[in-house]
Amino acid sequence: MRSIFTFSPKRFAAVVSKEFTQMRRDRVTFGMMVGIPLLQLILFGYAINSDPKHLPTAILDNDRSIFSRDMAMAMKNSDYFAFTKEISHEAEADELLRLGRIQFVLTIPENFGRDLARGDRPVVLLEADATDPSATSNAVSAIRQAASEAFNRDLTGPLAPLRAAEGPVDLRMHARYNPEAITQYNIVPGLMGVVLTMTLVIITSLAITRERERGTMENLLITPVRPTEVLLGKILPYIIVGYLQMGLIVLAAKLLFRVPMVGSLPLLFLVSFPFIAANLGVGITFSTIAQNQLQAVQMSFFFFLPSILLSGFMFPFQGMPEWAQWIGSALPLTHYLRVVRGIVLKGNGFFDILPHMWPIGLFLLLSLGLGVKRYRQTLD
Amino acid sequence: MSEAAPVIDVTGLTKIFGKKTVVDHIDMRVARGEIYGFLGPNGSGKTTFIRMLCGLLRPDDGAGTCLGFDVRGQAELIKPHVGYMSQKFSLYEDMTVRENLDFISRMYGVADRAGAIDRTVARMNLGRFRDQLAGTLSGGWKQRLALAACMIHEPQLLLLDEPTAGVDPMARRDFWDEVHKLAGEGITALISTHYMDEAERCHRLAYIAYGHLLATGTVAEIVAAEGLATYEISGPKLYDLIDRLRGLPGVEQVVAFGLTLHVSGRDGAALAKSLEPFGREPLAVTRIPSNLEEVFISLMRKATT
Repeated sequence: MRSIFTFSPKRFAAVVSKEFTQMRRDRVTFGMMVGIPLLQLILFGYAINSDPKHLPTAILDNDRSIFSRDMAMAMKNSDYFAFTKEISHEAEADELLRLGRIQFVLTIPENFGRDLARGDRPVVLLEADATDPSATSNAVSAIRQAASEAFNRDLTGPLAPLRAAEGPVDLRMHARYNPEAITQYNIVPGLMGVVLTMTLVIITSLAITRERERGTMENLLITPVRPTEVLLGKILPYIIVGYLQMGLIVLAAKLLFRVPMVGSLPLLFLVSFPFIAANLGVGITFSTIAQNQLQAVQMSFFFFLPSILLSGFMFPFQGMPEWAQWIGSALPLTHYLRVVRGIVLKGNGFFDILPHMWPIGLFLLLSLGLGVKRYRQTLD
Repeated sequence: MSEAAPVIDVTGLTKIFGKKTVVDHIDMRVARGEIYGFLGPNGSGKTTFIRMLCGLLRPDDGAGTCLGFDVRGQAELIKPHVGYMSQKFSLYEDMTVRENLDFISRMYGVADRAGAIDRTVARMNLGRFRDQLAGTLSGGWKQRLALAACMIHEPQLLLLDEPTAGVDPMARRDFWDEVHKLAGEGITALISTHYMDEAERCHRLAYIAYGHLLATGTVAEIVAAEGLATYEISGPKLYDLIDRLRGLPGVEQVVAFGLTLHVSGRDGAALAKSLEPFGREPLAVTRIPSNLEEVFISLMRKATT
């Protein structure tokens, strides 16, 4: 049909302005568009920390010598442990761990100092509540360091040979891009992708399903308006919404979380376009399948869940089994996160991120193509 | 398009949903300026048929023209000249009356939008609701707004799908006056309805049931073609009679009509014979002309049996 190629800018503009009118009236959706980024910023930015410090620790010191105090002090200085309780019986330690009042129990045996001075390598016991491995793992590695260096200051004179020997190699670590390992530096730029995925897929899938559910689609189809005019007219307002959300997050990253912005912001906004459009394509595809708005929301969550879990936003991508990485690689968010983090934290330029752009572009073509193909001009 | 060419001229129009044939080879010709009533029980295929005429659904079989354009291949050329009003209110409830009319006129590319909206608002008396959200209008006003929206681009054909369902008699009368005025201006209207009084206000009618066209013509033609005889019985304790009458030879319908009973059947002789014993005091039996409803119920019964 030749008329498929006709495109009326006037009708397109009319659809856009209609969408904005409805968006303005729909307080809940409007609230969602602003509320979700804010809520996620607060939750992920302030509440979630993958490197927890100052974990509550109880100490059962049966020795009370200078060396046992050294041990406790070294742990405290590592910042991972906070001695919240001093106990005198093992039973008490069990009770506290069982109730979850404390994360660790440090038990220093009798004659610890004496044995140490004799060079008998006394045993120190650190019991951990390891139900959540991520909460304890960093602390556990910190205590090794603490235990080897804790006593150097007091091992003087004849005890000097007992000092911890230097290892065979001089290992130097250099944590680049985020030397202080601040979780927010990684999370907040990533949030941009998560927020865009979450809100844009839901909102577009609702925008078209709502027309069908309320019967207004019938009235729209009867007019001479073309599918491309309707689809683009519905997409454009949400592209603008997507950019507003991005702006909000960039602002928060700068002002609230002081995330260093190494790369170019204009580049970031430019390359976000295909990502935003790809998500809108998913929303449109869902809207052509869903029978009602509830189904549209359910489908959006079906897409959102793997996106947030397998993209490398919450958990390290490299740590996932290969099959999960395959699924993750099929999602646009995975690639977008690399783009965002690359630009914001590493100062990547256009050619550095190019390898991550083509999967997003491919996804965009597929999702939008499927959506447009499935969008019907009739009620059949 | 010449004056004489029919506005709607289709033959064998068919629509199948899954295994169900919803519209089964229906022919229809509607002349210019005609008000054509479209009747039939719920689920008989009226809405589907109307939707096929204006390109909302693709026919599975059949051919024909609407406004001179092919219904199967030229839906895009038909759309600009058709005003369609769906059964369910299908304008945007979260937009005002004026916003809705503005949007629709932009969709049709109406040249002088402000003028067209002003004229339509004045014509439909919607002035005081101009800036009210469409969702907050009452049923009658919603229906007026819907009619306004489907007229704003000055279509040549109106397809109105049960436009007056759930609307009070006064609003219905206003609505029909408007339709007749439009017909006077040369606009053709195909209107589906369940109301017999509305059917009688149409120039011509078509009755369909279960996808089949059962009768077409003017009211008088349809009534005459069915050849239904009807008697009116009056007197005391009529309700006891209903069960006794049903099942008698020739008796096809027994309907209570206020203080009388209407008994109808197509076999006039058998009916007269069966009713003879009831003609004595205190009862009275008189032959009356069959009304449209009795004819339609008779048509529907025939279709199911």
